[in-house]
Amino acid sequence: MTTPHPGPTAAPVVRMQGVTIDFPGVKALDAVDFRLLPGEIHALMGENGAGKSTLIKVLTGVYDPDAGSITVDGVEQRFSGPRQAQDAGISTVYQEVNLCTNLTVAENILLGREPRRLGRIDYRAMRRRAAELLGQLDLTIDPGSTLGAHPIAIQQLVAIARATAISARVLILDEPTSSLDADEVAELFRVMRRLRDGGTAILFVSHFLDQVYAISDRMTVLRNGRLVGEYPTAELDRVQLVAAMLGHELDVLEEIGDAASATTPSTGEPVLSARGLGRKPKLQPVDLDVHRGEVVGLAGLLGSGRTELARLLFGADRASSGSVSVNGSSDAMRTPRAAIAKGLAFSSEDRKGEGIIGDLSVRENLILALQARRGFARPLSKKVKDDLVDRYMEALDIRPRNPGTPVKNLSGGNQQKVLLARWLITEPQLFILDEPTRGIDVGAKAQIQKLVTDLAKDGMGVVFISAELDEVARISDRIAVLRDGKCVAQVGSDRSVRELTALIAAGGAE
Amino acid sequence: MMKKLSASPLIWPVLALVALLIVNVIVTPTFLSIRVQDGHLFGSTVDILRNGAPTMLVALGMTLVIASRGIDLSVGAVVAVSGALACAHIAASDDPAGAGTVVTAMGIALGVAVGLGLWNGLLVSVFGVQPIIATLVLMTAGRGLALLITDGQIVTITSAPFKILGSGFVFGLPVAILVSLSVFALVGLLTRRTALGMLLESVGINPEASRLAGVRYRTIVFAVYVFCALCAGIAGLMIASNISAADANNAGLWIEMDAILAVVIGGTSLLGGRFSLTGTILGALIIQTLTTTVYTAGITPETTLVFKALVVIAVCLLQAPKFRVLVARRRKRPAPPTGHAATEEVAGQQVSVPAPPTMAAK
Repeated sequence: MTTPHPGPTAAPVVRMQGVTIDFPGVKALDAVDFRLLPGEIHALMGENGAGKSTLIKVLTGVYDPDAGSITVDGVEQRFSGPRQAQDAGISTVYQEVNLCTNLTVAENILLGREPRRLGRIDYRAMRRRAAELLGQLDLTIDPGSTLGAHPIAIQQLVAIARATAISARVLILDEPTSSLDADEVAELFRVMRRLRDGGTAILFVSHFLDQVYAISDRMTVLRNGRLVGEYPTAELDRVQLVAAMLGHELDVLEEIGDAASATTPSTGEPVLSARGLGRKPKLQPVDLDVHRGEVVGLAGLLGSGRTELARLLFGADRASSGSVSVNGSSDAMRTPRAAIAKGLAFSSEDRKGEGIIGDLSVRENLILALQARRGFARPLSKKVKDDLVDRYMEALDIRPRNPGTPVKNLSGGNQQKVLLARWLITEPQLFILDEPTRGIDVGAKAQIQKLVTDLAKDGMGVVFISAELDEVARISDRIAVLRDGKCVAQVGSDRSVRELTALIAAGGAE
Repeated sequence: MMKKLSASPLIWPVLALVALLIVNVIVTPTFLSIRVQDGHLFGSTVDILRNGAPTMLVALGMTLVIASRGIDLSVGAVVAVSGALACAHIAASDDPAGAGTVVTAMGIALGVAVGLGLWNGLLVSVFGVQPIIATLVLMTAGRGLALLITDGQIVTITSAPFKILGSGFVFGLPVAILVSLSVFALVGLLTRRTALGMLLESVGINPEASRLAGVRYRTIVFAVYVFCALCAGIAGLMIASNISAADANNAGLWIEMDAILAVVIGGTSLLGGRFSLTGTILGALIIQTLTTTVYTAGITPETTLVFKALVVIAVCLLQAPKFRVLVARRRKRPAPPTGHAATEEVAGQQVSVPAPPTMAAK
């Protein structure tokens, strides 16, 4: 189905070598090599925190790499900003279209390079030129119409036309299909193929595996900021791809061993029990039970519904169907406050956006949930506060051991530990952890994994999400596998990572 | 010592205030003198405090609103409504000098002020209207309401008890100052002795994370708008009491700007979060001193606004991190060692599960 494309012998239009980006406490990119050939559609694959967006930001001049080199058309480049990247022929269309919806299609396409006559914009020439560019892509959009009047899909195509107007050699499409329906995707793919056949190199990011297999010629897989490999799409099947994305980090987990399967989850009343819990359109109704002392893993790719399910269990979002009961009693008003009152705790995957309160101190962050539950009128005494803070900073090894530091100055791993401690202080019966180990260093990761299994041993129910399948498999007693917003299986921890990978990856290929 | 002092965000407003006072002493050597007359304190500094009392009050309310990531543009209008209601009630009553009349008048005024605050809070916290828009509605509508109440006239009254709030003295001190300082002390206690201040800051810094941590973010946002309107209501009574009249057109005009400036000068970021009540009081004092300075220095009142702008720019620039970095570079001083970034030095240490914190359950 793919048209002939240049073999690997063609000189790459973009070549990155040993690109490294250091963030405090974590390497976002670690000596990554990457090449993009002219006339190919190249898929960039990886889970959250794999380094996809960081790589794109390096390529578009947003980040300056700490090490490594970028060459475009054989010329070594050092972008000092997005403008330089554009001038070098690299153009990006983001998920959220960043055009001016109040201007016309033609104005958007030629914004900043309007044809002029006698110092004034020549609107007639502008419309003609825009129509020409749209025509090259076989698009029939009226250049004089207001951009905002068109659906997102059309706006995206206009954004692509704009990229061709600046004769981009490289076009980056970051999750362009996430809000498009099937016909719109087909139209987008048609335009992409047309551009590719004209020699443009396209970098495509999507978490829809079907689409990646339908459109891409080659793919590069990243994991935890490292390059896993570069493959022709035809030579890597779905299971191999998912295995490459989710990976196996056996070294870290040795010490936990089979601790998880050694525990005997109680078969009595579940701590938490969800029936028909769903939220349109992201998650179809799911039944899930979590018992005391049990770790239930949620496995699936990004966008599979794993985060949506976690949020519904906690009441962070409103469910469109189903119910959740905790210790046998269900409540209609599902809010985080109600969930906390029943002994639930939830650590979001979005540590910065939904977790830490950056400007507050470590101390204040630690006691926040407990204080919120007590109400403002009953402040914790200084002594109790200090005692709790000391104990938990010690127990979770939070560094630096200075409770007055603003939490935003801590490394990612320590911020995560602060969040875990914030909830442990409330003594929850059920702890929902959404990617608690993402983007943190190996040491902190091992500590957190150990902590989770220990908590379960002490009788806490845990819902554990991780993009790393190996981690989920090791820690969980039971695993619910999600795919495309459906819970497709609930299996014991005796399944091998290989079997789980097959369950997660199955889809169009079933 | 010096480093610790210059690290405090309050250092710049304090320095600005001191500088202003020094300028005043140079221009008017008797500036700082306070004399006692009939057992009452008089003097320029007392005047500054008394005239600044309404701004201080409004700025205190504004501080909490700004800490919640909001802003309240309607305070000036609430000032006008409150004064208009009180004066209209007193003017219409048979016994304008009766204590009962005055208490009822104040009750009505403050009740309506709270009602207006509830309206703001409803729009912002329940319906999610952007604070600047939500309060802009009342900013314009409120002044119209005040004009309706007073029929577009300046309502003058003669009521000795009503005059106490704005120009009376207790223990030799102007009542207005005492009221503002009491509110300051009360809010200070309420926010810093309870957990309210922390929860409010948490909501202002990261509303979604606060919600997920179980903080009643809606109630808190709601409450700060009500409180802010109440402060504006009291300020409105003070202003009306001071001149024994309700001027719906001019009472509290631009006070929202002064209040916002006071908050910003005091070091509370307009982005919300960390707030400083003491800083706000200092900010209000700076603004009031500035106004007085312009008068005593014999500069035409028209230039007051320009002077205000200059001082505000100076103080805000001094607080801006980027500006400080620039200044520090100019001085070519070696950068102080940054010890804040945490370094990860753990490697597979054992994490023990903490014993259940029994004290927390109490």
